[in-house]
Amino acid sequence: MKVKFWGVRGSIPVPGPKTVRYGGNTTCIEVRTSDNHLIILDAGTGIYPLSMSLFPEFPMETHIFNTHTHWDHIHGLPFFIPLFVPGNEVHIYGAFDPIGGRPIDDILTTQLQYRHFPVREVELKAKVDFRTLKESESVQIGAATITPVMMNHPVINFGYRIDDHGKSMFFTGDHEAPYNIYAPEDDEYAIYEEILEKRNQHIRDAIAGVDLLIVDSAYTEMEYPQKKGWGHGTLDRGIRLGEEIGAAMICLTHHEPTRSDDDLEKVFAEALDRRKPLENEPNIILACEGLTLQL
Amino acid sequence: MDDALKLKLLAMVEKMPAFPQSVNKVIELTSDIECSPKQLVQVIEHDPVMTMKMLKLVNSAHFGLLNHISTIQHAVIYLGLNTVKNMALSIATVGMLKKFTSPWFNSHDFLLHSLLVATIARKLGEMRKFANHDSTDLFIAGLLHDFGKVVFIQFMKDEFYKALEMAQEQGMALYQAETQVMGVNHAEMGSILAAYWGLPKALITSIQYHHHLEEGANDLCEYVFVANQVVKYLNLGGAGNAVVEDFSAAMLSSFGSLESIVEDLGDMTDEIEKAHHFMNL
Repeated sequence: MKVKFWGVRGSIPVPGPKTVRYGGNTTCIEVRTSDNHLIILDAGTGIYPLSMSLFPEFPMETHIFNTHTHWDHIHGLPFFIPLFVPGNEVHIYGAFDPIGGRPIDDILTTQLQYRHFPVREVELKAKVDFRTLKESESVQIGAATITPVMMNHPVINFGYRIDDHGKSMFFTGDHEAPYNIYAPEDDEYAIYEEILEKRNQHIRDAIAGVDLLIVDSAYTEMEYPQKKGWGHGTLDRGIRLGEEIGAAMICLTHHEPTRSDDDLEKVFAEALDRRKPLENEPNIILACEGLTLQL
Repeated sequence: MDDALKLKLLAMVEKMPAFPQSVNKVIELTSDIECSPKQLVQVIEHDPVMTMKMLKLVNSAHFGLLNHISTIQHAVIYLGLNTVKNMALSIATVGMLKKFTSPWFNSHDFLLHSLLVATIARKLGEMRKFANHDSTDLFIAGLLHDFGKVVFIQFMKDEFYKALEMAQEQGMALYQAETQVMGVNHAEMGSILAAYWGLPKALITSIQYHHHLEEGANDLCEYVFVANQVVKYLNLGGAGNAVVEDFSAAMLSSFGSLESIVEDLGDMTDEIEKAHHFMNL
């Protein structure tokens, strides 16, 4: 299995001199299975350069797994070139929207409305289909098994675990570890804490022992209190989650858009300094546009 | 009840509004971006309709959550606060349950009855160190035990009023009159909906058998039964059926007499005031 990063930024694309090294595109990860099926995790703006690299493979089949439908994870989708070329097949997977009561099928319809985009959905030349996933319901694509795990964000967000020939990876999508809404002196505190622990254990069990954990680490510990409830993790928490589940490699992503390359390296080094070394040291890295990992 | 009627009711309940107090409060709370999660949960879990709809959503097949979710706190932890907040708001925008004001059944007394059965079931659980569930499960089971009556009043009002009248005039239990008039009683109605919506089995059972412990009640149901009799005995609120039911020998041996339970519960002023406070929000 091969993993390549095409977008590592959170919230909004930030091209410019301060983000040249790590990249300014929003979330998009290319995964090639051991039998060369193409899986794309999220369709942030990084999906556009990815799609430009796919021409030699046309006609082709792609599987796009959407973690959640916030803009920064879908705004590259209308520019995914394979959609416009006959003979291609695009399968889009994602979660049900409980508020709108709608399946994932609406994702493109919404973006391709007349006032937002010049091409209508019916005019797309590729064969496009949709599949709304449920927590823990695996999808088989070639040699790979993809399993959604419900994470915590202001909208339903699936993390995806991919298992392929004994190798495994997990991408959290956007995730903030859920916290207790009660104060320790409240009657409900202890019960809530107990359910929280069960929930966190469920997540840890679902992703235990992956070779690669790609984790939302948008904020620093200093920044977090002001951003609590926004649905993102911190560098320290991302690293800790990887350590808890025994990941061989921990890759931090969803970099905060205002963070320059220099600042990103600085806060990363500080987070590394704070951690205690383990017996089996994981390899901890920052996600970076163009970075390719072979599992 | 035939299948066609069942399907019709299920479809109608989707559009069923919640109680005015919680609708107003949810709209007020959710207009603030810093909305207090604690307060929001409290409002939802004090309204049988909102609670039922929220549990229906979180247990729906769309999420395929393996553990059936039994409380609003669970829902917040699994779906996330913002999703619960938006869900509450979308329930609130359906409208408000119209006041019902028949001589034997009115919305104020019904809500008070439901809240007090919930509160007392939870208190009994805490006093008796009820270990099988957390005490919030008891609260929810108490809150939802008469949910079927809200469905009747909303969608089969004439028939339900007829049953209420029959129960009063003939001194029979309301559930029996319901069965005679409509072919289904509120316990069956509530449990059919709960089962259809994939709510936890223990909760379905506690709704289904709260008048028929001998037919298959679980421990949750026993607590709800006792709390229900306490509330009726103390003449607090009302849900169209003032008849205090007898305790079976088995119930007597595990809970003691109604009088002794009431004595053990002690001063309930605080709990009653809290319920009133919520209703006057």
